[in-house]
Amino acid sequence: MLVLQLGSSLRDLLPVVLVVAFFQLVVVGRPLPEALAPGQLLLGVVLVLLGLTLFIRGLEVGLFPLGETLARELAERGHAFWLFAFAFLLGFGTTIAEPALIAVASKAAVVVAETGMLGDAAAAMEQFALQLRIVVAFSVGTAVMLGVWRILTGWPLHLMIIAGYVVVLLLTLVAPPTIVGIAYDSGGVTTSTITVPLVTALGIGLATCIRGRNPLLDGFGLIAFASVMPIIFVLVFGILAF
Amino acid sequence: MLATLGATIVDVLPIIAVVFGFQFLVIRKRIERLGRILAGFAMVVVGLAVFLVGLDMALFPIGELMAFQLVAADFLPALGPGETRHWSDFYWVYLFAFAIGASATIAEPALIAVSMKAAQISGGTLDAFWLRVAVALGMAFGIALGTWRIVTGLPLFWFVLGAYVLVIVQTSLAPRNIIPLAYDSGGVTTSTITVPIIAALGVGLASAIPGRDPLLDGFGMIALACLFPIITVMGYAQLADYRQRRRSPRS
Repeated sequence: MLVLQLGSSLRDLLPVVLVVAFFQLVVVGRPLPEALAPGQLLLGVVLVLLGLTLFIRGLEVGLFPLGETLARELAERGHAFWLFAFAFLLGFGTTIAEPALIAVASKAAVVVAETGMLGDAAAAMEQFALQLRIVVAFSVGTAVMLGVWRILTGWPLHLMIIAGYVVVLLLTLVAPPTIVGIAYDSGGVTTSTITVPLVTALGIGLATCIRGRNPLLDGFGLIAFASVMPIIFVLVFGILAF
Repeated sequence: MLATLGATIVDVLPIIAVVFGFQFLVIRKRIERLGRILAGFAMVVVGLAVFLVGLDMALFPIGELMAFQLVAADFLPALGPGETRHWSDFYWVYLFAFAIGASATIAEPALIAVSMKAAQISGGTLDAFWLRVAVALGMAFGIALGTWRIVTGLPLFWFVLGAYVLVIVQTSLAPRNIIPLAYDSGGVTTSTITVPIIAALGVGLASAIPGRDPLLDGFGMIALACLFPIITVMGYAQLADYRQRRRSPRS
């Protein structure tokens, strides 16, 4: 099974490596700069491949079965309080562990530190990255909760998303321009390796249990919330913090 | 490496606390195959740490390297005396962004699963392969547009506003059963491997191009990469719907 997962990670990585190699060899046609040893680059790629494989396989063996049963059982019991609490904490917990968000938050911290806003102490950068991730995780928790609310009430998805877009655009007008790019990007990175399978399982589990809901129509769409809400929260974070 | 391992334990702790907490406090059932599940969590922690080390060694440097090389003065077409740089001189940047976006998406396992499910729901109107092509084109276009925005320095706000308007217009026109799926397809395109490369490419471009600020201009590509697949997927659904109706008129 681990080998199968390795193949899947490889399929994910290979096209990117081929494009980069083509551009490096054919278009740029220059050796790598001194600072970047090809051996180190290759080792990094191998580590990415192995790490991602182990990570995803671990999720499939550990977190996903447990999380999915939990989502189904809570949906069946239909106890609203526990359902909402679980939705929030699931969104929060999965987002904190999301590798793509760790990557973007650390990049954002480096760039913000370069402007001198944080001072260049490594500790300040780490703290900013962590704050950003907590804000995003909080927003995804809220989004999943809202998504569960939508499935329970059957409100139309697109109206809620469009309302979210309007809030995003209005907030952008008052937010400091320095946070806008980071805020918009944080919407895209939250919905990745860990969050999507678990949140989708919760949505489909709920939509299956509730009469009059179509799992295919109502089960999806939780992810859509999870990509609008972080933009709103990070913009507010920017307004308050900068 | 050890420091990273310590940090990833903290990263994974909240979700572990959530699932075990609910299992013991609310569900109150014994967990079957506990050993296997614990082994899974250990793999998650170690895998994440290894990935993050590789990220700093390879993915970030690759994105930055391409950004700096493709906008280097001796790589771009030569400028005549007194000429200023036109945005069209950066065509290799746009092509690279497009190629990365398209190639990373078309083989993405999550997308393959979603598009097969979507093809099933549609009852044969939609084709899983063309759905993937629609998502890949949307993603590639979004990233290429994102690099063009960095080169020109235009505000991200207008691009996102334009994309939102397109999404809203498309939503009112597209077949209703595709809408939730189209919205979700924007989220699945950004994989754990492509996101760091795109982020590094954007920040690298904004640092290397004179007059651009990494903080103001470097981010935003991921946002556009998430929005355009929504538009292209709804567009493909409309096209498929239209062809279906032409083929079987008044039936």
